[in-house]
Amino acid sequence: MASIEFSSVGKVFNRAGIDFVTLDGVDLSVAEKEFVAIVGPSGCGKTTCLRMAAGFEFPTLGTVKVNYRDVTAPGPDRAVVFQQFALFPWKTVAQNIELGLRNKGVPKVERQERVKNAIALMSLQGYESAYPHQLSGGMQQRVAIARAYVLEPEVLLMDEPFGALDAQTRVSMQEELVRLARVNPRTVLFITHAVEEAVYLADRVAIMTKRPGRIKEIIDIKSVRLAEKWDEHERIEDVMDLESFVHLRTHIWRSLREEKGSQVH
Amino acid sequence: MSLAMQTKINLSEMSADRAQPQRSAVTPPIRLTRSERMRLGTIGLIGFIGIWSLLSLTGLVPRQFLPAPHEVLIRFIELLGTPFAGATLVEHLASSFMRFAYGFLLAAMIGIPLGLLMGWYRWLDDVITPIFDMLRFIAPIAWVPFAALWFGTGIGGPIMIIFAGAFPPCLINAYRGARFVNRNVIEAAQMLGTSNLRIVTEVLLPASIPSIVAGLRVSAGLAWQSLIGAELIVASAGVGFMMVQAQAGVATATVMTCMLAIGLVGLLIDVALRQIETAIRRRHGQS
Ligand SMILES: Nc1ncnc2c1ncn2[C@@H]1O[C@H](COP(=O)(O)OP(=O)(O)OP(=O)(O)O)[C@@H](O)[C@H]1O
Ligand SMILES: [Mg+2]
Repeated sequence: MASIEFSSVGKVFNRAGIDFVTLDGVDLSVAEKEFVAIVGPSGCGKTTCLRMAAGFEFPTLGTVKVNYRDVTAPGPDRAVVFQQFALFPWKTVAQNIELGLRNKGVPKVERQERVKNAIALMSLQGYESAYPHQLSGGMQQRVAIARAYVLEPEVLLMDEPFGALDAQTRVSMQEELVRLARVNPRTVLFITHAVEEAVYLADRVAIMTKRPGRIKEIIDIKSVRLAEKWDEHERIEDVMDLESFVHLRTHIWRSLREEKGSQVH
Repeated sequence: MSLAMQTKINLSEMSADRAQPQRSAVTPPIRLTRSERMRLGTIGLIGFIGIWSLLSLTGLVPRQFLPAPHEVLIRFIELLGTPFAGATLVEHLASSFMRFAYGFLLAAMIGIPLGLLMGWYRWLDDVITPIFDMLRFIAPIAWVPFAALWFGTGIGGPIMIIFAGAFPPCLINAYRGARFVNRNVIEAAQMLGTSNLRIVTEVLLPASIPSIVAGLRVSAGLAWQSLIGAELIVASAGVGFMMVQAQAGVATATVMTCMLAIGLVGLLIDVALRQIETAIRRRHGQS
């Protein structure tokens, strides 16, 4: 089905006539139905990577492939949850979520059913006909997630999707995402600043260096998770207490701190 | 030396001003309430009419050159019922308004979609912009000879002139609106598989509504202005036509009545569009 592959990806942005090397030789592959999280210092190029997989940006060097084909344009097979939500302010919550299905030509009855499910999944009941500006930041983010989920895309590209959520909602969203990922695994590229979140959700965690970004290290979480039977714990805090979890988290934390430390001259 | 000293003095004066912002002559100290502003508006209006009356009634300006306000008002009421140049004032206004409406709607119907499409399709922008940039500097009135030649002096000619006035703001504001749509929402639409044409209708159009409506207001004003200009030359009915007839007979009160009617209708059009604009802005949560 769907996999994502970055091979020796370099990206140079030109700002005011000066070239900024943002990415320098990124190699990363996300296997079919695998959940890969990227962590890294701010400005290291995480969003840029995701945007290249989405088809909004193109590599200066190297290739980005989804499904073994070069990415040439955005499309609904790669649903994106944007860092800044990017909801349509003139559409209601339901209309925002529905647009992708309408574009696909999904019949009305099925469309309404699926929108309803997505709204329930994100606990947005009662806000179907509200406009985005009438919602809190966290709720807007949940609409953005629902808009991507409802498409049941092969590839999900999520850019700090839980960043604007309060701690409780965040936890329930994380648990929900884990549940979904286990029941119905998809290829997911997930960007986050929260190390715990990465370890809890991902099969593998890729750590990036500071700018110019490169993949510094890839940590395999899945083998540990299976060996240590994390899935037997229903609650996130129980998993986070496990020694194996703490160990991985600390390792990633240290690795990131090195990057941040070396930023300061 | 002296310049430096002057600068110093000026600077200290400025800072003194800043220290006492309530004394500043540039910015009003407090925001006026609605009723206060309306009172000021009324004072302005009364002052205007007062000076006008003074000039006219004292004979400073001959009466046949400048009729007094009350004479214009009486003539205005008179003309509402009695025909002049073949029709009553209301009928003339109605026929002017019809032309205005046709020309204005035609300009909006072509200008807005074209502007939006130009905002999305780069090649269309490149094809249209040079021609448009040249044509829009030709004043609507300059089209009169060709308008009369091509479309006649009945309804077609004037409509073309109004169109020439109303079209540019429609196009420019739709175009600007489309170009300044937040990239985020465009990308979101693309990610959801929205086709190019649907992006124009589902994203660019709604996102540009505030800009489009602002453009429509400007456009309506220009349309109404160019219409009167057009009617002065072509047409066999309408307020502009009525004015020409009145002028020929040196019926100054009638001419002024026409001017008053033009101003009032223009104001009404603007108020109506402003209402729509505020309503839309509010719906968008943008004010
Ligand atoms: N369109 C662009 N033009 C110029 N520079 C850009 C552009 N997009 C990104 N950059 C630059 O590339 C670098 C990486 O940006 P990116 O958004 O990918 O970082 P990030 O890792 O997602 O950061 P954060 O964690 O803060 O979201 C930044 O220095 C940014 O200024
Ligand atoms: Mg980012």
